[in-house]
Amino acid sequence: MAKRSLKTKENMSHPRNDGIPFEPDLIKDIRVNRSAVERRVATIGTRRSVKKEWQAAWLLKAVSCIDLTTLAGDDTPGNVQRLCAKARYPVRRDLLRELGMADVNLHTGAVCVYHNLIPVAKKALEGTNIPIAAVSTGFPAGQVSLEQKIKQVELSVAAGASEIDIVISRAQVLTGNWKALYDEVSKYRKACGEAHMKTILATGELSTLTQVAKAGQVCMMAGADFIKTSTGMESTNATLPVSLVMIRAIREYYERTGFKVGFKPAGGIRKAKQALEWLILINEELGNDWLNPELFRFGASGLLGDIERQLEHYLTGRYSASFRHPMG
Amino acid sequence: MEIKKIFDTIEYGPAPENASAAFEWLKQHQHKFNLFIDGKWQAPLSKKYFTSENPADKTILAKVAKAGPKDVDKAVDAASKAFDSWQTIGAHNRSKYLYAIARHVQKHARLLAVLESMDNGKPIRESRDIDVPLVARHFYHHAGWAQLMDTEMKDYKAVGVVGQIIPWNFPLLMLSWKVAPALAAGNTVVLKPAAYTSLTALLFAEICEQAGLPPGVLNVITGAGGIIGSALVNHPGVNKIAFTGSTEIGRGIRKATAGSGKKISLELGGKSPYIVFEDTDIDSAVEGLVDAIWFNQGQVCCAGSRLLVQESIAENFYAKVKARMEKLRIGSPLDKSTDVGAIVSTVQIKTIDELVKLGIDEGGSCFQPDSKLPEDGYFYPPTLFTDVSPSATIVQEEIFGPVLVAMSFRTHAEAVKLANNTRYGLAASIWTENINLALDIAPKVKAGTVWINCTNVFDAASGFGGYKESGFGREGGLEGLYEYVRPKLDDNLSDKPFPVKTVNRKEIKAGEPGIDRTAKLYIGGKQCRPDGGYSTIIKSSSGTYLGEVSEGNRKDIRNAVEAAHANSKWPGMTGHARAQVLYYLAENLAIRKEEFANRLVQLLDVDKNAAENEVDRSIERIYTYAAMADKYDGHVHHTIYRNVTLAMPEALGVMGIVCPDEAPLLGFISLVIPAIAMGNSVVAIPSETSPLSATDFYQLLDTSDVPAGTVNIITGKKEELTDVLAKHDDVDGIWYFGTKEGSRQVEFLSADNMKRSWVNYGKYRNWFDNEQGEGQLFLRKASQIKNIWIPYGA
Repeated sequence: MAKRSLKTKENMSHPRNDGIPFEPDLIKDIRVNRSAVERRVATIGTRRSVKKEWQAAWLLKAVSCIDLTTLAGDDTPGNVQRLCAKARYPVRRDLLRELGMADVNLHTGAVCVYHNLIPVAKKALEGTNIPIAAVSTGFPAGQVSLEQKIKQVELSVAAGASEIDIVISRAQVLTGNWKALYDEVSKYRKACGEAHMKTILATGELSTLTQVAKAGQVCMMAGADFIKTSTGMESTNATLPVSLVMIRAIREYYERTGFKVGFKPAGGIRKAKQALEWLILINEELGNDWLNPELFRFGASGLLGDIERQLEHYLTGRYSASFRHPMG
Repeated sequence: MEIKKIFDTIEYGPAPENASAAFEWLKQHQHKFNLFIDGKWQAPLSKKYFTSENPADKTILAKVAKAGPKDVDKAVDAASKAFDSWQTIGAHNRSKYLYAIARHVQKHARLLAVLESMDNGKPIRESRDIDVPLVARHFYHHAGWAQLMDTEMKDYKAVGVVGQIIPWNFPLLMLSWKVAPALAAGNTVVLKPAAYTSLTALLFAEICEQAGLPPGVLNVITGAGGIIGSALVNHPGVNKIAFTGSTEIGRGIRKATAGSGKKISLELGGKSPYIVFEDTDIDSAVEGLVDAIWFNQGQVCCAGSRLLVQESIAENFYAKVKARMEKLRIGSPLDKSTDVGAIVSTVQIKTIDELVKLGIDEGGSCFQPDSKLPEDGYFYPPTLFTDVSPSATIVQEEIFGPVLVAMSFRTHAEAVKLANNTRYGLAASIWTENINLALDIAPKVKAGTVWINCTNVFDAASGFGGYKESGFGREGGLEGLYEYVRPKLDDNLSDKPFPVKTVNRKEIKAGEPGIDRTAKLYIGGKQCRPDGGYSTIIKSSSGTYLGEVSEGNRKDIRNAVEAAHANSKWPGMTGHARAQVLYYLAENLAIRKEEFANRLVQLLDVDKNAAENEVDRSIERIYTYAAMADKYDGHVHHTIYRNVTLAMPEALGVMGIVCPDEAPLLGFISLVIPAIAMGNSVVAIPSETSPLSATDFYQLLDTSDVPAGTVNIITGKKEELTDVLAKHDDVDGIWYFGTKEGSRQVEFLSADNMKRSWVNYGKYRNWFDNEQGEGQLFLRKASQIKNIWIPYGA
């Protein structure tokens, strides 16, 4: 396990975010104007358009950034194995060949499961460098003791997860207890060791976009490798406005510290067209450097199916059907 | 291109909009267009055509008819002929036509957008997502007003034939801003599109044909601006001119129509401030600039072209702006990923280029992103100037291109001062997360539209228009509708003064000789001797010597205007506080009723009853405006999602009021009081023949808590003093009630600083008639609407 993490680190094109000491000054002046943010995202999909081979290439890029996810009470080894198989071969091989992508070794960004399923995934992904992400720290609500949360991170890392998706304590945000949030996330980061930490802000349970920006900034100070919008379980999950705010926080942090932190929108992204909007948003606000699985992931389960259909449509000019593509 | 390569580099590819339908449309017309007059496509009498060019690649799109003055005559005749039947079909039927036009615009939305981008050079995103949807919205909104004219505007009627001259920056959108309210109010139209961009107006004319609009209601004449424009402006059959364009031409139109009685509305240039306070959402404010100055290549009259940033964040802000500029994509207007398209013409490129060079020569630091411009057409890179100050030409002049000038400010007060350090006043944008600050600054910036935390946001329900030399009149909403109607009671105004029943002088009892009173000028709350040291003898109507008044001159006017500006107290008072002062004034006039009546008896040779009646009516009139002072208020317009759009009537500022000779007390009161009720400070020139009622009145002002400088009274030669007032660049509005020639003179001279003028064209109002002598019309003329857009959401 440790080996895989090290390998990931060596392959990284940017230094890992080590975090910085807690600086209240960095968050005290953060202000986010919702209507202005909404105006910006309203034109994200209309200011840029990718068509034809560009669209196909961008959609393939989206595939490589998907954290293929199953987080359900009825998950069993069977469906997790199927999911892992899909992660290895996310797009039909004949389609990839026709797209000129046969030798690319396209796979999804990761497979994301609950702790109990890590061993199953580990086995199923043997021989690949597809990371296993485990949700942790009392996911999704995070309402267990800090000791339990830390223990859970340690256990998941030990079980073979190289990415840990933690949830933050929303209460710290809602009560403005930023130092406490920093301390908590710093502890998770320590517990993660070499494993990469994605911090889930659960933005659907925060009150304002300003809180989203501040929470994101605090998590990055505490050493987050990614900041992630949602668990997928809140009533509102990844939205473009929330994403823009988090992306801008990442840019701010990068400008101040030189550390590139990744971004993961999760929940509610089901259509290829939506995925393109997110990629364009990243490209416009953060730049091309962020458009790879090291710095960008989609937390999604249904998205891949739509992308597969769109890719087939690009090749054939015919609208595709989901049963033509292997299920995950 | 290889998918694998794109997969590695993740770049944007070309995303061209399909223009085949637009080309097909041009082909159907053999690339040649005639004039649309009286519902028919007619060749110009000259048989001459000019070419319309695609500025993105310099290809010729079509030949367009070059109209001459005779064609204008034909179009105006057609519009006049159509006017009666357009009236008789009634409000509901007019509404149905406007509704049909709105629907047809939507049906042809993409064709209109593509054609607009081809003809003008604007990015397809803008024509498709902004211009055309707003066009449809404008016709829907005004289909509503057409329906409501008989009930909501029942004291008003259509003006008649309206000549409309529109610019090339938003050819179709400006057409809709003009045509929709004109037709809704029951007028017929002769429209002149800009020579660079005629095509969408011609397509629109076809759309109107499809919608069944009766012949002559809308006529479209294409051609060179100067010739047709002046033919239209000077045409006796045209009752109103609506113009959007440069301040220079707008001023010419004001001068050319002076005294003609033609209504005019002018939407002119701007150099709008974009004010960023340190407590703003900085990333959003940076992004806002893209909409402010790189929207439509900066060829926007209300472009936020002067960036004012609080010094504490200025350097950081400029760095972010530069980074954002690097991301702008400059390219083919028909590419769906283009942010900045083509400049409309080679002439415009040259203007921009010259000004930018001048900016560099004058010491500004010029930044342009590292972007490759297409070679075929007229393109100009987004440009930012720092290290500039108000003394730089590029900070004062409207560039009308993608050029932003940036300056910093230290304090809130300095931000306001810099913002207002311009002859223009079209729009302003204010960025702060502090609502107290935003709403403190918004009223202080002299601009017709103030966008808080947003910019270049429009909607048909809100009025749009300028302060100062950005023109007058509003387009959109209720306030815009008034530009296309006139009061029905104008028909009842008389060519002669209303007769005054005089009595034989001998019947007036001479009382004991009073103590000699010298009527002085009243400036800044003080009685002053005239600068020239002369006095004029005042006699009664029948020639009896009554006394002297000061003969004011230009310096007295100058002093009075300065005193009016120095009065910061009155404009800052609440409506209620102003009402209290006005009631007090009425109270004090009532106490001295006998004295004021006696004065009127002396001046006019009327009997005591008639004189007392004038005093009573004056008291009543003051009451009316005291009552209105806290009731004539604004609207909250229904505009866009999650936005409070406040339409606030604001005082014009300092007004010159030239009173009628008749009704020396009531005439004076009827004009001065509504003006001050709205918060203006006034320089009044009372009745030249009978000024003593006004000079008596300053004692009431002294004793009624009216702040010094609120009302200043300069007696003397009316026309001479009027000239000085009308020419004064620091006077914001002028009302003139005198001769026809004097009215012409006032309108003509007011053009220079674009002060708002209201004149009587030599007609007489019956001041004793409440219909004619008072009402909301007076308050509307004493104020202008500022629309403040306040988006919300946390």
